[in-house]
Amino acid sequence: MSLLGLLIGRELRLAARRRVDVLLPLAFFAVAVALFPFGVGPEPQQLRSMAPGVIWVCALLAAMLSVSQLFAADHADGSLEQMLLAGPSAVWVAVAKSLAHWLLTGLPLALASPLFALMFGLPPEAMAMLVATLLLGTPCLSLLGALGAALTLGVRGAGVLLIIIVLPLAVPALIFGTGAVGAVEAGIAAGAHLSLLGALLIVTAVAMPWATAAALRIAVE
Amino acid sequence: MLRLFTFAAPSRFYVLTGALLPWLWAGAAVLAVAGLYVGFFVAPTDAVQGESYRIIYIHVPAAWMSMLLYLVMAFWAVIGWAFNARLAAMVARSLAPTGALFTVVALWTGALWGRPTWGTYWVWDARLTSELVLLFLYLGYLALVNAIDDTRRADNAGALLALVGSINIPIIYFSVKWWNTLHQGASVSLTKAPTMAHTMLTGMLLMTLACWLYAFAVVFMRTRALILEREAGHDWVRETLGLKTGATR
Repeated sequence: MSLLGLLIGRELRLAARRRVDVLLPLAFFAVAVALFPFGVGPEPQQLRSMAPGVIWVCALLAAMLSVSQLFAADHADGSLEQMLLAGPSAVWVAVAKSLAHWLLTGLPLALASPLFALMFGLPPEAMAMLVATLLLGTPCLSLLGALGAALTLGVRGAGVLLIIIVLPLAVPALIFGTGAVGAVEAGIAAGAHLSLLGALLIVTAVAMPWATAAALRIAVE
Repeated sequence: MLRLFTFAAPSRFYVLTGALLPWLWAGAAVLAVAGLYVGFFVAPTDAVQGESYRIIYIHVPAAWMSMLLYLVMAFWAVIGWAFNARLAAMVARSLAPTGALFTVVALWTGALWGRPTWGTYWVWDARLTSELVLLFLYLGYLALVNAIDDTRRADNAGALLALVGSINIPIIYFSVKWWNTLHQGASVSLTKAPTMAHTMLTGMLLMTLACWLYAFAVVFMRTRALILEREAGHDWVRETLGLKTGATR
């Protein structure tokens, strides 16, 4: 467990020394979300009905773009191999990396989302639900993204490849995340969507670190 | 002596499939002609959909094959990964393009059928959408294994991805189904199909068998090409192809 703390602390320290890198996904998220009104027109009604989907899809893309470099630097300087050789299990490396990625992108995105929900005219209760679904959903994205990053480690065109690989797997999270917000807006109970999103998080949290660890071993063997 | 793993050796597999291939191609051709004849000329016109229903003789077998082949691909890929079986990994690699092709055929014929029947080429129906996601899963697998140069790593990484994908297929299918019913209601139902006439069923079965034989034939051909590519330095390849053995490469 202390190993996990060490690995996460290392990631956070590295991020603190490259602050702009941490802000990039957030900036991408802001720019991408702001593009949609230009594309579909400024009618408030239409924007409000699109808002959950637009914010979720942009969060998904921001997570995928930032996760592709998750193992790259450690792979390039050899420290990834050292971690896999020295540590008790590659699973902890996968857990630490996924968790650090979520703390650095998923959590800020979820906390920043009310601002964009406001710009799209979402009512307060839908806004709260949006934050809740992003808090539950973005860890799934980080865990799935970590698998994609491990599979595409050191491969040509890794960024685009990762997106093609991971996006189909992320469809359920997107459905339940936007579904919960849509249910609140329609005045229906959103509990079922939230429960399913939580179940999805549990399944990915249990399964993905193992798969990521296996992918890392395949990549460095 | 014939054992369970006799044909797991690429050399024996190559010889066996070489003997089987003409029969598989002939069988696929005969069954396809028979199935299409029954489907297009013998089977009665559908009372509701008219003549356009006849596209199901291609659409339904293609959709079945697309789903089945993904599972078969994942199975052989994982066998190849877990037991380090060379041939299983090659079979998995050979299955992917055929599976993707059947998925495209199923989507394409579905769109052509949807136009006269539903009045639109595409609806975001649960089945159509999950078939589309299946196509993306195939494309992801193909993209990954082709992007990695090291053969062994490509096979193993592809196996892991296929395994994760096959576990995800039911989750994706049910979430898409629920999403669909919540968003637009069950506007289109394919499930309550009326009982089929016997000739319709015969045509469908013939076409399904033809698709099976075609899949075997084309996958074996692709596997044979992969075997030659990967085992090019071995003596048995030279002997089988009638080249001089022991010659310098």
